[in-house]
Amino acid sequence: MNYRINGKSFAAEPRPGQCLRTFIRDLGWFGVKKGCDAGDCGACTVWLDGKPVHSCLFPAFRADGREVTTLQGLAVDGKLHPMQQAFLNAQAFQCGFCTAGMIMTAASLSEDAKKNLPFHLKGNLCRCTGYHAIEDAIHGIASVEEDRAGHACGTSLANPRGEPIVTGNAHYTMDVAIEGMLHLKVLRSPHAHARITAIRRDKALAVPGVRAVFTWEDVPRRLFTTAAHDDYHVDPDDTYMLDNVARFVGQRIAAVVADTEAAAEEGCRLLEVDYELLRAVFDAEEAMLPGAPQLHVGKDVDSRIQDPVRNIFLKIEAETGDVARGFSEAHAVYEGTFWMPRIQHAHMETHGTIAWRTPDSRVHVRTSTQTPHIIKNKLAYLFGMFPHQFHVFSEFVGGGFGGKQEMLTEDLCVLATMKTGRPVKWEFTRSEQFTAATTRHPMKITVKLGARKDGTLTAMQMHTVSDTGAYGNHAGEIIASSLGSSLATYRCASKKGTGYAVYTNTVPSGAFRGYGATQPAFAVECAIDELARKLGIDPFAMRRTNMIRAQDPVHSIWPFPNDGVIGSYGLDQCLDFVEQALASGRGETKPEGDEWREGRGVAIHAQDCAPPTEHRSEAHMSLLPDGTYHLSVGSAEFGNGIRNAQRQVAASVLSARAGSIAMDFVDTDKNPYDTGTFASTGTSVATLGVQKAADALRENLLEVASQVSSVPVAQCSLAAGRVRCGDRWLSLQQLYEASPLREKLHVSRKVYGSPRSTAFLAHGFRIAVHRVTGEIRILQSVQGFDAGTILNPMQSRGQLEGAIAQGIGVTLFERMKFDASGTVVNPTFRHYRIPAFADIPRSELFFADTYDRYGPLGAKPLGEAPIIPVSPAMGNAIADATGIRFHSLPFSADRIFSQLAELQ
Amino acid sequence: MDLHTVEQVRRPARAEEIASWEAGFAWLAGGTWLFSEPQVDVHTLIDLESLQWPSLHATADGLEIASTCKVVELDRLTHKAPSDWKAAPLFRECCRSFLSSFKIWNEATVGGNIVMSLPAGPMISLTAALEGICTLWPRDGQPRQIAVVDFVTGEHQNVLAPGELLRSIHLPVHALRKKFAFRRFTLTHLGRSEVLLIGTRCPEHGEFLLTITAGTLRPIQLTFAAVPAATELKRAIDDAVPFSLYLDDPHGSPAHRQHLTYYFAEQIRAELGN
Repeated sequence: MNYRINGKSFAAEPRPGQCLRTFIRDLGWFGVKKGCDAGDCGACTVWLDGKPVHSCLFPAFRADGREVTTLQGLAVDGKLHPMQQAFLNAQAFQCGFCTAGMIMTAASLSEDAKKNLPFHLKGNLCRCTGYHAIEDAIHGIASVEEDRAGHACGTSLANPRGEPIVTGNAHYTMDVAIEGMLHLKVLRSPHAHARITAIRRDKALAVPGVRAVFTWEDVPRRLFTTAAHDDYHVDPDDTYMLDNVARFVGQRIAAVVADTEAAAEEGCRLLEVDYELLRAVFDAEEAMLPGAPQLHVGKDVDSRIQDPVRNIFLKIEAETGDVARGFSEAHAVYEGTFWMPRIQHAHMETHGTIAWRTPDSRVHVRTSTQTPHIIKNKLAYLFGMFPHQFHVFSEFVGGGFGGKQEMLTEDLCVLATMKTGRPVKWEFTRSEQFTAATTRHPMKITVKLGARKDGTLTAMQMHTVSDTGAYGNHAGEIIASSLGSSLATYRCASKKGTGYAVYTNTVPSGAFRGYGATQPAFAVECAIDELARKLGIDPFAMRRTNMIRAQDPVHSIWPFPNDGVIGSYGLDQCLDFVEQALASGRGETKPEGDEWREGRGVAIHAQDCAPPTEHRSEAHMSLLPDGTYHLSVGSAEFGNGIRNAQRQVAASVLSARAGSIAMDFVDTDKNPYDTGTFASTGTSVATLGVQKAADALRENLLEVASQVSSVPVAQCSLAAGRVRCGDRWLSLQQLYEASPLREKLHVSRKVYGSPRSTAFLAHGFRIAVHRVTGEIRILQSVQGFDAGTILNPMQSRGQLEGAIAQGIGVTLFERMKFDASGTVVNPTFRHYRIPAFADIPRSELFFADTYDRYGPLGAKPLGEAPIIPVSPAMGNAIADATGIRFHSLPFSADRIFSQLAELQ
Repeated sequence: MDLHTVEQVRRPARAEEIASWEAGFAWLAGGTWLFSEPQVDVHTLIDLESLQWPSLHATADGLEIASTCKVVELDRLTHKAPSDWKAAPLFRECCRSFLSSFKIWNEATVGGNIVMSLPAGPMISLTAALEGICTLWPRDGQPRQIAVVDFVTGEHQNVLAPGELLRSIHLPVHALRKKFAFRRFTLTHLGRSEVLLIGTRCPEHGEFLLTITAGTLRPIQLTFAAVPAATELKRAIDDAVPFSLYLDDPHGSPAHRQHLTYYFAEQIRAELGN
């Protein structure tokens, strides 16, 4: 057969059942991506004779003799296609994984079609951007500003990774061809709770191409946690690489390694496993009752499980002040119970790893992670090797949202490569993301609030039951977080909290953007509105009376001191903005008809800028012989834009162009240690390290300049990418050459995540609810955010827009559903819908004018928190519109309509 | 996705070339469903594209739609239809009722959607509402005909025997000339249909047809000699659609689907009654 791909001819024979996507990739065109492999996400869009198709659904044999164009073939003679340039100008990507399909679709649209983007982009999902920047790109609106020396901070500089992203030349985890690579697939448990009594592997091993089968008998019998924390003590060691007990439907049972994916899958199907079925429990409260099935009995203090008999990994209880007295002094008390379901991150690049060994006994792990250094240490622990024997790295990572703060694929690839001596690749399917990765913790939260007549809070109490699923990765930190920032958002002398992190026979929960703060914020912010309603007080006024103020301590339920501080305060500005915006009349008007009820709602939040547990980072910075800089830091870039922000901070300190600072991909061999990019640490810790390193380098450069020029150091300065010594100018190249001590031109600085400052935000919605159908229309969405100095306005808006979109998804419709056996019934994008272009309105955004005295150049993180107030703001808007309080997410029409029936 | 168990593709010029049928054979139309899920029991794909059936054939009797007609071709017919086909805008409404994007319609076929027999299949809604008649080609025996509304028997179930082909769907001209009313609801914007109801009314005899799809496990068609009273319509729905027939899936709950069915049915009744 003859194929023409991007103008080149290939004589090649696809396999009979092969789709065009993998066929194109097999020929080396890695710009075509797999987001879902089922036609739902559009990341694999290519043109066939100029018409866009989803290549994952297209039988490869049918492309014989036809012209295939991928993103890598769109540029002509090195000149970008106008749509590629438009995506660059608008920076219409974050992780960039969906971009290949997004551009191929957008570039195929007529001017007429561009007028209806909700319709024409419904087959292209993006989890990062919230679609605003994509809409801008398609309409030719540019956001990128010029990179001028000395003006890096506060400028919308383009991400240096943009060009490879828009040309399809960005190499994500799976975008390499390695000679002799084997493919790994796992057999997963069909039972929620079962003991394996036998595994017969003969038939699997007889499949041509199958090289090895690994079961629990083949792995180190060493308990660990998949959660990636520098301080592993915060998580229970409750997991084996492969176990002889399955605790959820989807748990790994055995791994098959083969020459092809087809053979590995066939091997999995031919494994014969005998199970002894055990009773299972799916509800966290039931799991704590006497007689409930016990998931981790036999593991205890060594595993750091508090009460394995009652399936309680951790119970937390604390009180400040006197809550009983506080309620007795209250004129009004509200108590309500709120429930949040299990939801999935849905980053567009699934989990995946490629591992291989080199003759120097080192193992190289190319992987999709937020925490390369922690993965390295975990692998060393699991395999009883030295950390330096592992090299963990990524080039481009296609989204994370907390999901990649976990070791889910690296361990088995390493095991297989050690046992076979061959490179081994394992790529999750989209369905495995739902059935066997991690999710947000479902929580049931009871909030009780008391206040005086004037609205002053007298007591706040919270009882949280968090469902960690079958394993306790992140459960402890999450349950602690759930009793933290939502209560700290309000000043109240008496606060009490009880939290249980509980095992159930369900897919494990894990880290998720907003880490344990989104669920309680939903409960607390809805409760504040209900209490205000009881007292006849306006929701904005109620918040102004009680919200944390600039001079207040940051405290929740714990009576002992903590390192939470307010480095700058802008919550008042955020709330004012939301109130004024919602009253402005901007946004859509309510649809015609008295079936539609209009309402508005607000929610606020104060979020700590780093986690309470250990966090540290280090930055290295050098002046190079050619007068440019090199910056090395261990932060992971997975769509957060952190490396661009770090470059801008360094450029700002050094009065240089950001473009004169080169950075490596994240790589444990090249970057200094970093505890991982999560919990907002990219800005608050690692970027602070960058600032400190740049400061130190600047001092050294001026000292050298003074020595070289014999001009006092006070009269030396860096400006416009050069050095000024009195009235003389030196280029950086000259400075380098003249420097007597080259060592002075390399600096390193370490930072530690303390004290932890506080970011603030408020979100508001104006909505219409259809009282018959239950449909909710967002008429206006507004968010005010205090992130101190805004290092890059365009990127900052993008983070807010993306997080708000994710928040809208989980508020209005996202929910993993399970059947009676504990199996996920909607493990695909077709049935677990994430927001498409049509679902997301444009939000009005506002940044408070503050300068944080602890953050890098006054900046505070903003990637995580914008999702937090979205659900309660919506719940409050629905309550305002209808008078009905909905206590459980999502607010999908089929879940709210029956209660609306009481409205006339 | 790759269908790893497929060992061969057959591309017959005539359907008769597939003389015998065995387990593991699968007809391949657009492939947009077949390639979207693992198909571990399939070892042979039989390409229908190579049969080169003409997609659309309009006659005085109505419209003949080959099962291999691409959705995009039907969508384009909306504006090319004879002016007395008052129901032609339904082609576009229904093509736009797919969850999937226009890129998928470039390959997906009308017949593929009907044969999938999923409740939310909008080509089922369309052809059932327009009183379509399927022509089936059994592997042995004479072609047979069956109404679309009877073709689909349940969620992902239909009357096809193993290897039997849906050859075409005939939409009678009297149905194409009818007035229509269309209602659809989705939990996400432009999402998968939670309910899809189509009413038609004969301009000559006043006959009223209500076709209930997407919310029910199979299409339900209610026929009235004239536009009924509201209570009569509600009673007829209750008689024809027991609660157990409403679908429970991630795209909607049975109670909401029943509620919307009543609500939209009444709107359709009012609209076509005027």
